[in-house]
Amino acid sequence: MSMARDRVKILIVVVALAAVALLVPHTTSFIILLATRALAFSILVMSLDLLLGFTGLASLGQAAYLGVGAYLTAILAARYQVGLGYDFWLVIVFGMLGAAALAALFGLLATRATGVYFLMITLALGQCVWGLAYRWNSLTGGDNGINLEHRPKFGIDLANPVTFFYVVFGFFAVSLLVLYVIVRSPFGRSLVGIREREPRMKILGYNTWLHKYIAFIIAGAFGGLSGVLWAHTAGIVSPENVVLTTSVDALLMAVLGGAGTLVGGIIGASVVLFIREYLSTLVHWWQYVLGGVYVLVILYLPGGLMSIPERIRQWRTAQVKSAAAPQ
Amino acid sequence: MDARFWLIQAFNGISYGALLFLVGSGLSLIFGVMRIVNLSHGSYFLLGGYVALSVIWTTGSWLLAIPVAAVTVALIGLVMERVFLRPLGFDPLRQVLLTVGFAFLFQQAALDIWTGNPFDINPPAVLTQTIVVGGLHLPLYRIFMIAVALFIGLTLWLVMEKTRLGATIRATVDDAEMARGVGIDTSYISMLIFALGAFLAALGGVIGGAFLGVYPGLDFEMLPIAFAVVIIGGMGSLGGAAIGALIVGLADNFGKALFPEISYFTLYAPMALILAVKPTGLFGRE
Amino acid sequence: MTSKLGRRTGAMLIGACLAFAAGLGSAAAQEELRIGLIAPMTGPFAQVGADMTNGFKMYLDEVGSNFAGAKVNLIIEDSQGKPDTAVTKAKKLILEDHVQLLVGGVLAPEGYALAPVSTAEKTVYIASVPAADDLTQRQLGNYPYFIRTSWTSSQPHHPLGQWACDQGYKKIITVGADYAFGYEAVGGFQKAFEDCGGKIIQKIWPPLGTKDFGPYIPTFKADADAVFSLMVGPMPLQFPKQLRASGWTKPIIGGGTSYDESVLPFMGDEVIGDVSALQYSAGLQTPRNEAFVKAYRAKYGKVPSYFSESNYTTAMMIDLVMKQTKGAWPGPEAFIAKMLTLKVDAPRGPVSFDDMRNPVQDIYIKKVEKTKMFGYDKDELWNVVIKTYPAVSQFWTYGKDAFLKQPVYSRDFPPCKYCE
Repeated sequence: MSMARDRVKILIVVVALAAVALLVPHTTSFIILLATRALAFSILVMSLDLLLGFTGLASLGQAAYLGVGAYLTAILAARYQVGLGYDFWLVIVFGMLGAAALAALFGLLATRATGVYFLMITLALGQCVWGLAYRWNSLTGGDNGINLEHRPKFGIDLANPVTFFYVVFGFFAVSLLVLYVIVRSPFGRSLVGIREREPRMKILGYNTWLHKYIAFIIAGAFGGLSGVLWAHTAGIVSPENVVLTTSVDALLMAVLGGAGTLVGGIIGASVVLFIREYLSTLVHWWQYVLGGVYVLVILYLPGGLMSIPERIRQWRTAQVKSAAAPQ
Repeated sequence: MDARFWLIQAFNGISYGALLFLVGSGLSLIFGVMRIVNLSHGSYFLLGGYVALSVIWTTGSWLLAIPVAAVTVALIGLVMERVFLRPLGFDPLRQVLLTVGFAFLFQQAALDIWTGNPFDINPPAVLTQTIVVGGLHLPLYRIFMIAVALFIGLTLWLVMEKTRLGATIRATVDDAEMARGVGIDTSYISMLIFALGAFLAALGGVIGGAFLGVYPGLDFEMLPIAFAVVIIGGMGSLGGAAIGALIVGLADNFGKALFPEISYFTLYAPMALILAVKPTGLFGRE
Repeated sequence: MTSKLGRRTGAMLIGACLAFAAGLGSAAAQEELRIGLIAPMTGPFAQVGADMTNGFKMYLDEVGSNFAGAKVNLIIEDSQGKPDTAVTKAKKLILEDHVQLLVGGVLAPEGYALAPVSTAEKTVYIASVPAADDLTQRQLGNYPYFIRTSWTSSQPHHPLGQWACDQGYKKIITVGADYAFGYEAVGGFQKAFEDCGGKIIQKIWPPLGTKDFGPYIPTFKADADAVFSLMVGPMPLQFPKQLRASGWTKPIIGGGTSYDESVLPFMGDEVIGDVSALQYSAGLQTPRNEAFVKAYRAKYGKVPSYFSESNYTTAMMIDLVMKQTKGAWPGPEAFIAKMLTLKVDAPRGPVSFDDMRNPVQDIYIKKVEKTKMFGYDKDELWNVVIKTYPAVSQFWTYGKDAFLKQPVYSRDFPPCKYCE
């Protein structure tokens, strides 16, 4: 029963994504731009979901890994003209490896903590990365940031917004698939076990610390991927990309979409980016809407937007039960 | 660097720490009692400053502004706890996100009500003097900040250690279930503590407003610093908050004075290192 | 007789035709000029954004949104103070709203982010606030559709350095916000001051947003004659207070943003006597500026800042170009070419452009005084102009080629030769 429901869910997700891929390029250039931004950022959100939704670790410093990927891409492109041809794929790998390396370093410090303490230490580490981006002028350009003048060209020209949209979409789809495989694997299931009952997992003989550490590194790697794509989407990388509110936004998007659903990432990212970048062109009180959405979803939809179908089903079941109950 | 340099830097660090104690003690209590991670604490600080400004603009009285601002924000905190945080129960993640949502709302509301201009709170002229002691210029306002922190710290300690109410609070912090078991109304205590935390933050905002200014963005600037104090000192411990504030104030001050190259890290690097070694903070209990 | 009638009818017919043609001509020129203004309307820079839009809109109201027959459609977008968002909004303005002109941006990263967008989309971008030096110096070649109507970070600080030297100061400490704008402003001051024979004996860089200068002030060297401070955002309000409270009695010389009108009204009497330099002061006593200040203050309840003036003047400049083309949009290249030939009488004084598309303008050395200005009945703090350096370009007296040979001002350039 639950297997069938899972298959239905997967089918719905695939169909929805296919619809997005087919319809978006026929909308306006601005919508294509927003969709590309949402897809690129949602990879970061999904990486956070791996930590949050599956391992139970809420990080307030995930933007640091986006920063590593983004700055690496920008420095290579702007200073050394690397990554603008077929070597773009090399930069993708470097971006992921670089971010994973940082996660390996930070993970040593962070993964011994849990709950609120994990939140705080990831916040502190994220702020250190921000400080570095700000101060290390010779490398990062300081607050001026680094401009990426051109998008890569390798047989296809990523300067074309529709082409670029498909490329980013492709990376998003592959990331979603890989992460899905990971969370469905025995490793992924152990993460959920750790989230639910860490002491019991330990008793059962699992090295819970190692599991968390590896999850942290994987999340970092995908954060780096998001960063590489983000650098080319935005065309500029600055310390603003690693500021605290970026990490907070990512966390909010994950919860808004639905923690533990992976796909919730793109939903949350789309909603927040829509409010921040589209609604703000229409009304000037958009920040009330943003704050209001967070508050309302946290209060009334703790499972995020992805939990709406489940809630409807529960509500309907309750209706049926009360109707069937003897009067 | 002669003795005067060290003395004045220590004085500066201590006075900054005094301000941080006001901000951090409230946060520490809120976490200690209710296990709530309140990311709108910075907003309480800023709102305290803004409300004080309004009071000063309408009545001209700085003295009146202090309690009015603190109580107003305490009421806001009360409402927030009762109506929004209570239903969430113990769920740090959702608390974090709810309080951030409110932080955004507060930020926009503050912008709409008070505009984005950079304001300064002007204390009575007597407090803006500088006294000269042994060749050292000591601004009276910094001494005032230290005095306020000492007074508040002492009052809180007395209440906690010497009164029935204090005992009830300590019981709730230590073991809420047991406290309920002996008949303590823990939900009333929680509400009280949250309001007190907001009160202290707003007080910090009014006092700090003459020292840091009152302007949009201050809320998110103070927030990580308040958390640094609580982390380093340990959540739920008032004494810890005091020590944490002192450490942060001194480390930040001396760090910037002696190693200006790492000014951006003097706060966060120690915080990360302490947490890495002792995840519950220097004096925290878990 | 018939011929006379014929001639009169003929004349009338010709007159009617001419009138008709003229009517047709102006109807054809009744275009819409769409201008996108990108400013921070939320976030920490919201007040700057308000000043920018108020200044621009004030000019539009003065001419009824009519630029020589073209109807101006101003679309304001919120950059939220983030370069990413600024770029997204710029693209929205260009791709969806089809603006012919982009105006605005505030911070250096926004300027650096929007300039390439203007190149890629072949749309004019007028930077009415961003001051990053290199945008109109070593980087200009990348941005053919970019023109700046504000200033470069070092522009007012060169003459200020000269002025400081002329006052007889020999040794100065610089305290500047630790980011690119701070480096460029301090760099300009240092270069001019040292070229004149002065010595910068200490350079201190508090992080941007520092409000507690406690760690830094006790390290000030006692043998300095003055302090040069470059303060931005929340910093200018606190620095003079804390410095004076520490017992410092020597002069404080401020950079452009240390005492400008976005902070001066909120400062206390401790800043009276402090000197700074900028291309604008609300206290500039010319008829043009007096009218501007009075009208702005009556409309918006506060004295205009240089953000307001810059955007007001930008609107005026766009209007002047449209007057040349009789209200017809001439295309981006021609627009820029025409704009570069302008010589305007702005509230800040006479403004023209150099061949690197940056303004050449008067720089005012101004001193804070508490006085009644422009007939207002209260004593208030004003930046009173004490010296004018006319027609200052971004290269000061160095000559363009010589200046461009040196690297852009940074934390380490000019090097601190006299730092002990």
